Amino acid sequence: MQQYSGFGLLTHSLTYHENWQRVWNNPIPKKHYDVVIIGGGGHGLATAYYLAKEHGITNIAVVEKGYLGGGNTARNTTIVRSNYLWDEASHLYEHSLKLWEGLAQELNYNLMFSQRGVLNLGHTLQDMRDIERRVNANRLNGIDSEVLTTAQVQEMVPILDCSKGARYPVMGASWQARAGTARHDAVAWGFARAANNLGVDLLQQTEVTDIRVKDGAVVGVETNRGFISAGKVACVAAGNSGVLAKMVGMDLPLESYPLQAMVSEPLKPILDTVVMSNHVHGYVSQSDKGDLVIGAGIDGYLGYGQRGSFNVVEHTIAAIIEMFPIFSRVRLNRAWGGIVDTCPDACPIISKTHIKGLYFNCGWGTGGFKATPGAGHVFAHTIAHDDPHPLAKPFNIDRFTSGQLIDEHGAAGVAH
Amino acid sequence: MLLIHCPYCEEMREEEEFSPAGQAHIVRPLDPEVLSDEEWARYLFFRKNPRGLHHEMWLHTHGCRKYFNVTRNTVTYQIMESYKMGQQPSVTASEKGQS
Ligand SMILES: Cc1cc2nc3c(=O)[nH]c(=O)nc-3n(C[C@H](O)[C@H](O)[C@H](O)COP(=O)(O)OP(=O)(O)OC[C@H]3O[C@@H](n4cnc5c(N)ncnc54)[C@H](O)[C@@H]3O)c2cc1C
Ligand SMILES: [Zn+2]
Repeated sequence: MQQYSGFGLLTHSLTYHENWQRVWNNPIPKKHYDVVIIGGGGHGLATAYYLAKEHGITNIAVVEKGYLGGGNTARNTTIVRSNYLWDEASHLYEHSLKLWEGLAQELNYNLMFSQRGVLNLGHTLQDMRDIERRVNANRLNGIDSEVLTTAQVQEMVPILDCSKGARYPVMGASWQARAGTARHDAVAWGFARAANNLGVDLLQQTEVTDIRVKDGAVVGVETNRGFISAGKVACVAAGNSGVLAKMVGMDLPLESYPLQAMVSEPLKPILDTVVMSNHVHGYVSQSDKGDLVIGAGIDGYLGYGQRGSFNVVEHTIAAIIEMFPIFSRVRLNRAWGGIVDTCPDACPIISKTHIKGLYFNCGWGTGGFKATPGAGHVFAHTIAHDDPHPLAKPFNIDRFTSGQLIDEHGAAGVAH
Repeated sequence: MLLIHCPYCEEMREEEEFSPAGQAHIVRPLDPEVLSDEEWARYLFFRKNPRGLHHEMWLHTHGCRKYFNVTRNTVTYQIMESYKMGQQPSVTASEKGQS
């Protein structure tokens, strides 16, 4: 694999950047793989990478119906944080955040990971009580987290309307300094390149149409490019997870909803952190390119169409203008939707199934981008050992029957 | 923006007047005491989530404030019909094989 470096950039400039190596191959599917991963988003590619790197399994295919990282990985607002309330969730997300911190070096790929901090605003007394509780829980779990006063928030973000006269006055915030953003595409590409280098086949434009099971064990997948035999099959299909589960007659406690986001025209640097508000429901950051990256809420009804309702966009913009009157005349460039797989307790499912050799990583809903390396890491362990990684154990699918839900729904505030 | 027909008001109105209320025709357990953990889980947490036709409830929040049912395609978002509570859909799909 060609190593990337500043020096490489310089030498390639001498040949007008025409001699860069291809980043990954486009192979013809083999007849058999030890592990077939369905879904070439960040999670699927990270799973392949860690399987190859940490568990020595390299006869792997990642099967993607579109192009790599074209699902929710390409559509999210890239917020990375770990300040969740419950122990199980915060351990998992913190594991992921720790991996993020060394990932660009490990993958030799610029992920533009920027620990610019995340503010979760409180607008009511109850918001502030919840924030204090969550911050205390975070600190007990060794996660950096602080409660800020209105004055501290105002100092950090001068353009935020913190006046008392605001319709929803800012009463304070939680602050995680190690949180931030990353380049969504780069994560998928970095994992793809590194996995490919370890021998993983990346099969794009290959759609799984059926999962074959024999005597209670998975034997392979049917695709538009023919049957591919597999020792193990790992499903990482986000919003389409339920569709895959139905192929083997399984039900998942998931509902798929469109979630929207939008970007403005590029502006001069004006916002150097991430501001999220659960109460007025909007969140915003500014990308390195200068566009404001704005996230909306989910539609209230099921949808697989990768587009959402216009009134949701309107409400989000109203919330953003409420917080940042200065943005009122900014023009939007693009808006889009992704299909998120939401779980009743707003926590993911990382689990074995009653079918031998079949695994699911899904249910990340509106907030799984931040977990990309961590989820891939613990899911790879779960697949390789046919036994859940200790951090993945609480996220077993059995929790809906046993009642051991991890209720982050009301707990973590904005769920992105 | 969806245009939704309320079977009580007998009018087509904009989506913003309504609130979606999830899967329709979920039957409450008649004898809750005898339900197993699996059956409880099914009733509480497992929804159909189809890629295709879906029967769902809507509330006419800013209108008559009544619940009614809608059959909608979750891929094209096309609404096939709306019908009153207690009625059965006339447009249905087989469980498998629709996408
Ligand atoms: C608008 C929006 C904003 C978000 N904001 C944030 C945020 O700020 N922070 C955060 O942490 N998370 C956020 N999320 C959530 C985050 O994007 C997802 O949880 C995460 O990217 C999921 O990654 P994935 O790899 O599992 O899924 P995906 O990237 O969706 O990958 C799944 C892949 O499976 C493929 N696939 C599906 N069915 C098949 C099949 N039958 N055969 C072959 N391939 C198939 C799809 O084509 C897709 O590429 C947001 C999501 C959206 C939509
Ligand atoms: Zn009505």
